Amino acid sequence: MCQEGEDYGAPAPEMPPPPRAGRELKCVKCKEGLPVVVIRAGDAFCRDCFKAFYVHKFRAVLGKNRLIFPGEKVLLAWSGGPSSSSMIWQVLEGLSRDSAKRLRFVPGIVYVDEGAACGQSPEDRARTLAEMKLILQTVGFPWHIVALEEVFSLPPSVLRYLAQEPSGTKGAYKAAVDSFLQQQHAPAEGEEQLSQPGSQDPQSPAGLPTAAQTEAQPPTAAQTEALSRLFDSVKTLTAKEELLQTLRTHLILHVARTHGYSKVMTGDSCTRLAIKLMTSLALGRGAFLAWDTGFSDERHGDVVVVRPMREHTLKEVAFYNRLFAVPSVFTPAVDTKAPEKSSIHRLMEAFMLRLQAQFPSTVSTVYRTSEKLVKAPRDGSAGGPPGPRCLLCMCALDIDTADSATAFGAQTSHLSHMQPPTPPAEAPTTPCCSAGAGRAQGCCRGAEPCRREDPRAHVIEQLCYGCRVNMKDLPSLDPLPPYILTEAQFRSQRASVLQEMQEYLIDSDDEAQTGES
Amino acid sequence: MAAPLSVEVEFGGGAELLFDGVKKHQVTLPGQEEPWDIRNLLVWIKKNLLKERPELFIQGDSVRPGILVLINDADWELLGELDYQLQDQDSVLFISTLHGG
Repeated sequence: MCQEGEDYGAPAPEMPPPPRAGRELKCVKCKEGLPVVVIRAGDAFCRDCFKAFYVHKFRAVLGKNRLIFPGEKVLLAWSGGPSSSSMIWQVLEGLSRDSAKRLRFVPGIVYVDEGAACGQSPEDRARTLAEMKLILQTVGFPWHIVALEEVFSLPPSVLRYLAQEPSGTKGAYKAAVDSFLQQQHAPAEGEEQLSQPGSQDPQSPAGLPTAAQTEAQPPTAAQTEALSRLFDSVKTLTAKEELLQTLRTHLILHVARTHGYSKVMTGDSCTRLAIKLMTSLALGRGAFLAWDTGFSDERHGDVVVVRPMREHTLKEVAFYNRLFAVPSVFTPAVDTKAPEKSSIHRLMEAFMLRLQAQFPSTVSTVYRTSEKLVKAPRDGSAGGPPGPRCLLCMCALDIDTADSATAFGAQTSHLSHMQPPTPPAEAPTTPCCSAGAGRAQGCCRGAEPCRREDPRAHVIEQLCYGCRVNMKDLPSLDPLPPYILTEAQFRSQRASVLQEMQEYLIDSDDEAQTGES
Repeated sequence: MAAPLSVEVEFGGGAELLFDGVKKHQVTLPGQEEPWDIRNLLVWIKKNLLKERPELFIQGDSVRPGILVLINDADWELLGELDYQLQDQDSVLFISTLHGG
């Protein structure tokens, strides 16, 4: 086994390179066509078989999971990049097939203009928007263009989990599909209207009543300035990318809720999700891997995020887009041309792709691992009330009350930022304002020094571990959009009111005994 | 001894940023002793076309992982990758998959 000082000697003898699929071979599927692309390790496909394979994978992922009900409104999150463009093209083609195999939901597209966060000039942004609109008009779905600056006018309710009645058992899906098909074949005169949201006109392919485009006013210079200030104040690229992702998610969620979309589809590909899995581990988000990388993410409650492209690798996406002329627009991002070690995301991306070049099953192995992750409730208590959620990423908080190691670490790091310590006479055991951990101990009752506590502590204590680590790179919380600070204050006020009420409630267990809890 | 070749080199997926934003380049490769294969083409591109940040495009004697190479709209893995011998009027396309989603 490996020992210190062991010399591995000469490099391993050169193995002859594995036989490559040469051009003279035939497509592995149909055995006739001339192969154009190599998928996985050594499977050469011809153009038509590749297209069938690609489309089939998309339909299979949607069909296998049975989460999207007929007539449901689905919002497609489009960044202009290849994966999301490919996804939109698949939806477009899927909706226009003959009725038996047709996709059955009602799509809309949302595009978030992030130019301000990436430092683009207004002229560049206008030019990009014009290109986007051309493609949106070709596709023909209702579209919504929002600028990232609109996060400054989001309501705090976007951070709340809105429960939704469960969609039912597997039988409910089949029943919904059957009844939908029956209504489709109903006689033309006196046809009863479907009572589902976004009722479809069976004649038109996508069944959209009116194409409702929304494009808000272009953002004011003040908002753009505020956004630039926010992103400039973030010290590391890692935290910038995470913050951008968080804000983008909130914005898309808001658009979905406002316009009645119950599902959001994102174009995360297999490669991206494998990289995301490893990156999340490095960022301290290991507890939420199943939600971050799984097919469905229901952390918001009423709007479910779905990832139909999760089985397509970036190579397949790029080839498909090239061979079948799928339009996409290149927009620079925060990490364009960034060197390899500039952020955890870039580092992990380079690591995975380099490893993949040598060992072609790397990405698929990581991906298969992500498929096995199960979303278990925290304490195994399925019937209990839902626990507190992280303010920013809205996952169930993974930080225990004062006993756990993470809480201790958060506590001590908070204390080191604190204002001058309380006078010794007042601090017997736990220091005042130990708000780093859970609120069970409560803030010091009525003691005046408590009110000197900065609002930063209110926000930090409501974040999960991963989000807390990111916040360390944000020296001041002032540039954050107001909805975050408002919601943080609201939650901590509510918690302290609940805390005060606790002592007046008679615990039902204590009825036999005297006194209060 | 290789004769001069005329090939079209194209960049996509964001790779064009490293080449002044120009996507298509019609290039004439001069005649030289060694044959023109992809390996030599990359060296030529690095010296003559690449404007900045070579490490984002080339790694060692091959392209950086994450950059796909298509020769006449076919995967270069089918054609021998770096050892493919270029012919006149070939079209080589480099797509960066590292950008966007």
